[in-house]
Amino acid sequence: MRPFTFTFATDATAAVQAAMAAPAGPADRAAQGGGVHYLAGGTTLIDLMKLDVMRPAQLIDITRIAAPQMHAIAISPQGLSIGALATMRQVADHLGVRRDYPVVAESLQLAASQQLRNMARVGGNVLQRTRCAYFRDTSWPCNKRAPGSGCAAMDGENRWQAVLGTSEQCIASYPGDWATALMALDASVQVLGSGGTRALPFARLHRLPGNTPHIETTLAPGELITGFFIPAAAHTRRSLYLKVRDRESYEFALASAAVALDLDGDTVRAVRIGLGGPVAVPWRAREAEALLTGKPLTESNAAAAARAAFAGAKPRQHNAFRIPLGQQTLVRALLQAKTMELAT
Amino acid sequence: MSQPVPEVGANMGLSIARIDARAKVTGAARFASDMPVSNPAHAYLVTSTIARGRIVGLDETAARAVPGVLLILTHLNRPPLLPVKHFVAGGAGITTMPPLAGPEIAHNGQIIAMVVADSFEAAREAAHRFTVRYQRLAPAATFGSRGVLEQRIADVLPERKDPVLGNAAAALRSSAVVHDAEYATPTQHHNPMELFATTAHWAGDELTVYEPSQFVYGLRAGLAGQLGIAPEKVRVVNDYVGGAFGSKGALTQRTALVALAARQLGRPVKLVATRDQGFTISGHRHETRHRVRIGASRNGRFTGYHHDQWELNGRTDPYVNGGVENAAAMYAFPAVMSTGRMVRADRDPPIFMRAPAEMPVIFALESAVDELAVKLAMDPVELRRINDTDRNRVTGKPYSSRSLMPCYDAASAAFGWQRRNPQPGSMRAGDWLIGWGCATATYPTQVSPAVARVRLLADGTARVEIAAHDVGTGAYTVLAQMAAETLSIPPAQVSVAMGDTLLPPGPVSGGSVTTASACSAVKLACQQVLARLGLPSGATAAQRTAAFEKLKLGAVEETGNFVPSSSRSQTTGGLYKGSVDISGGVNAGNGAPTMFAFGAEFVEVRVHVRTREIRVPRIVGAFAAGRIMNPRTAHSQLMGGMIWGIGSALHEHTEIDQREARYMNDNLAEYLIPVNADIRQVDVILVPEVDTDVNPAGAKGIGELANVGTAAAVANAVFHATGRRIRELPITIDKLIMG
Repeated sequence: MRPFTFTFATDATAAVQAAMAAPAGPADRAAQGGGVHYLAGGTTLIDLMKLDVMRPAQLIDITRIAAPQMHAIAISPQGLSIGALATMRQVADHLGVRRDYPVVAESLQLAASQQLRNMARVGGNVLQRTRCAYFRDTSWPCNKRAPGSGCAAMDGENRWQAVLGTSEQCIASYPGDWATALMALDASVQVLGSGGTRALPFARLHRLPGNTPHIETTLAPGELITGFFIPAAAHTRRSLYLKVRDRESYEFALASAAVALDLDGDTVRAVRIGLGGPVAVPWRAREAEALLTGKPLTESNAAAAARAAFAGAKPRQHNAFRIPLGQQTLVRALLQAKTMELAT
Repeated sequence: MSQPVPEVGANMGLSIARIDARAKVTGAARFASDMPVSNPAHAYLVTSTIARGRIVGLDETAARAVPGVLLILTHLNRPPLLPVKHFVAGGAGITTMPPLAGPEIAHNGQIIAMVVADSFEAAREAAHRFTVRYQRLAPAATFGSRGVLEQRIADVLPERKDPVLGNAAAALRSSAVVHDAEYATPTQHHNPMELFATTAHWAGDELTVYEPSQFVYGLRAGLAGQLGIAPEKVRVVNDYVGGAFGSKGALTQRTALVALAARQLGRPVKLVATRDQGFTISGHRHETRHRVRIGASRNGRFTGYHHDQWELNGRTDPYVNGGVENAAAMYAFPAVMSTGRMVRADRDPPIFMRAPAEMPVIFALESAVDELAVKLAMDPVELRRINDTDRNRVTGKPYSSRSLMPCYDAASAAFGWQRRNPQPGSMRAGDWLIGWGCATATYPTQVSPAVARVRLLADGTARVEIAAHDVGTGAYTVLAQMAAETLSIPPAQVSVAMGDTLLPPGPVSGGSVTTASACSAVKLACQQVLARLGLPSGATAAQRTAAFEKLKLGAVEETGNFVPSSSRSQTTGGLYKGSVDISGGVNAGNGAPTMFAFGAEFVEVRVHVRTREIRVPRIVGAFAAGRIMNPRTAHSQLMGGMIWGIGSALHEHTEIDQREARYMNDNLAEYLIPVNADIRQVDVILVPEVDTDVNPAGAKGIGELANVGTAAAVANAVFHATGRRIRELPITIDKLIMG
């Protein structure tokens, strides 16, 4: 860990102004996020600083920002609004969210541990960085940590790396669960920058690794995520998050599926599918959705959709199993959602 | 978990709570890094990022510029140290390779520098700014890697003989049914909750070391030898050890470095190595490969057993486990052959890890027995019953006691085994396939010499002192119970001191010897106290008071020297010098019988038909281990062992990048062990057993018993659920969903 300056912000605008005014930081730290970072729960950032992977020169603690909309969880006829500083636990435990948007609550409940869920904020959670062991260990080449150095994971121990959305430069997986639910439910994200607030589809927040795996989001320097909005829709109540892993809790997904269904009898009126686990970025399976829409939700139709969802998968030596596993996870999630009893 | 405390049977002591429980749950218990020292400096290790080659350049400039940095020890400036003997050769060291001896790199994660600074943060920052240039050579990482060296163990260590009986090759050739398969177990790391910490503090020429250790006398002897000072000048203290499992059994490289730095700086130095550094500085469970052949007649009688084992090792030291001799003793094999080999790769030295030999070997044997039962279309319990034996066929020596089949009967009844449909894939609950499997648990009953001092006061309080170690097992409690029982006083009137080289030497906390050995020494000391007072056993308080008054004494103190009859030494002298002397099992000397504890474990697994997650809703284990000193702490040990076994079956696996022979999942998020949610119902049954031959305490060690066989029981259950036989641990989704 390298020394850094540490300040508090008590309102969002001041935080953004402080971040914009901060010097760029030492050149030798640029690749390690050398400038300024917002700090909320710190469950990723502090961890990576201890590993010497991230070396910010300045941290701005945003947890003292009192603005209610930064903390609120509100359900209206239009949809669900969640402030970026709500903790994972608060959203997971929210009765309205559990009733009307179960996939959201479940994706958070099945993530991390209770202690981490108490600390981590949903705004920071979507920016959680990869668990790729080659990224987290500074002794290896890594195009995400040290651009141009190479990708050690490509021919290494890559059981945990992605098969969807990867590039020749990076096969790191995006580890989060809640982003998978946001993808499925067409969420948008609110961002505060120097020019005020803007909203963008959540699907446009993360960038595919391509040739620049070190640039992970479309956020401009100093921009702050202030909240999320999920539009109300007929499919949100028949929704669930299925997470498959080696142990029952406190593990990242080997495969996961966030599904939401609007059924007319057995026929799919609308379906939304987010995929987690072996994905480079939060993933939406639109091909699978298209195959299912207007058709009866049968096992064979679900299986065909699952095959389509992984049609573009590129396995490496140790992660090929995540293709059949991801497919089976999606089939299981769809069939489970079909028969789930809706909360009243 | 259904039973907080199991039913107490015959030949069992009081089921009392741990006497240190309150101190532990309130944080009052002080572990090594909690021990207060004045104005400590803080150390941080720098470890190599290559596995083989040499250091060709060090740049300390940036590290030295960090404010507060006091000292950077490297191979260029490390003060002299004397050689250390490996524990295989009677020494204390995990390796004979001295720390910071030169530029050569023998394994990834080797200590290459230690930074000492005023604060932990400064030391860490400086360590991160320390840069190294290497001349790198391609390492051999594991079995099958280019450049490994395969050796017959008997050629390297002539005293390690492969078990042999009759002509197994001929027996197998003429057998009606033969099972022949290969099995594999992975590298595992102990990951005790307490990190590898060392604090060194000099007062003049006297050194005090606070370090979690399973053998304070051994650590003292090894360290003093390395520093070239008298052992009496070194004191090693650890009141509590926060888990060890073998990883704190030997002298590692870090301790001398911390002592040298403290001497050089004239100031206490404290090191708490990080979790990932712990993966390379204090050993691991060696990776193994097995080829097992078992022959049988059509009616299920075993005809021959051929078990070849390969153990992966580093290049620096000839550490081996063997263990096939225990497997060969398990059943009535009329013919046995085995070849043990070690395979040397560019890896850090392995060390014992909870049932080091037995866990891998018995996984292979008990999987193979189950496979043979399938081939014979026999119930696997009945196959074991047919081949039960009352003696070790290889040595011909009878078992001192053997309750294997009573354990099977008790566990099988509690589990409901008779309701099992033997057809794989035939039992199901919704989308979950149900599998039931069982396997034998076994561990040699071993003992060590031990010395204990017991002081009884006229007021009926007593003090027990022995440099044994409570590694989280309840040793404080059972020693208090043994003294209380022998002196006829309530356990609450006994205080116990352990983990300090100022006390008389206890045994190494290895080989599951502590309870049997330390209790035997305590019992002897108590009997001597009673003899001094002229008191019979079971004397009343009034008799005791009268005896003290008659002798005009306020206290009586006696030192009990326990030397087991099976021991190769005849005195406790070696113990004072820090040498290990464990005997028992199949190889007890002086005409001693074969001594083992046994158990039977039954497991239910559920495997999802689509996504193939494997869950363990229940496990039942029945164990017989002579006198159970405290059913409550025994239950905890055995339950913990079975949970550990579930982890070895389904979770634990250190991932290694072959190109750099470097561990990749060196943290507790990715090195998986079971979490609470994975563990549902765990039932422990204590089968009463009396064995007066094993030791004066009549107790068999249980610390390493229950995690032996669990992995095979799980593998057998997974086969029953799915029809898929997984012979390589851990059993993960990958292996079930592909193919």
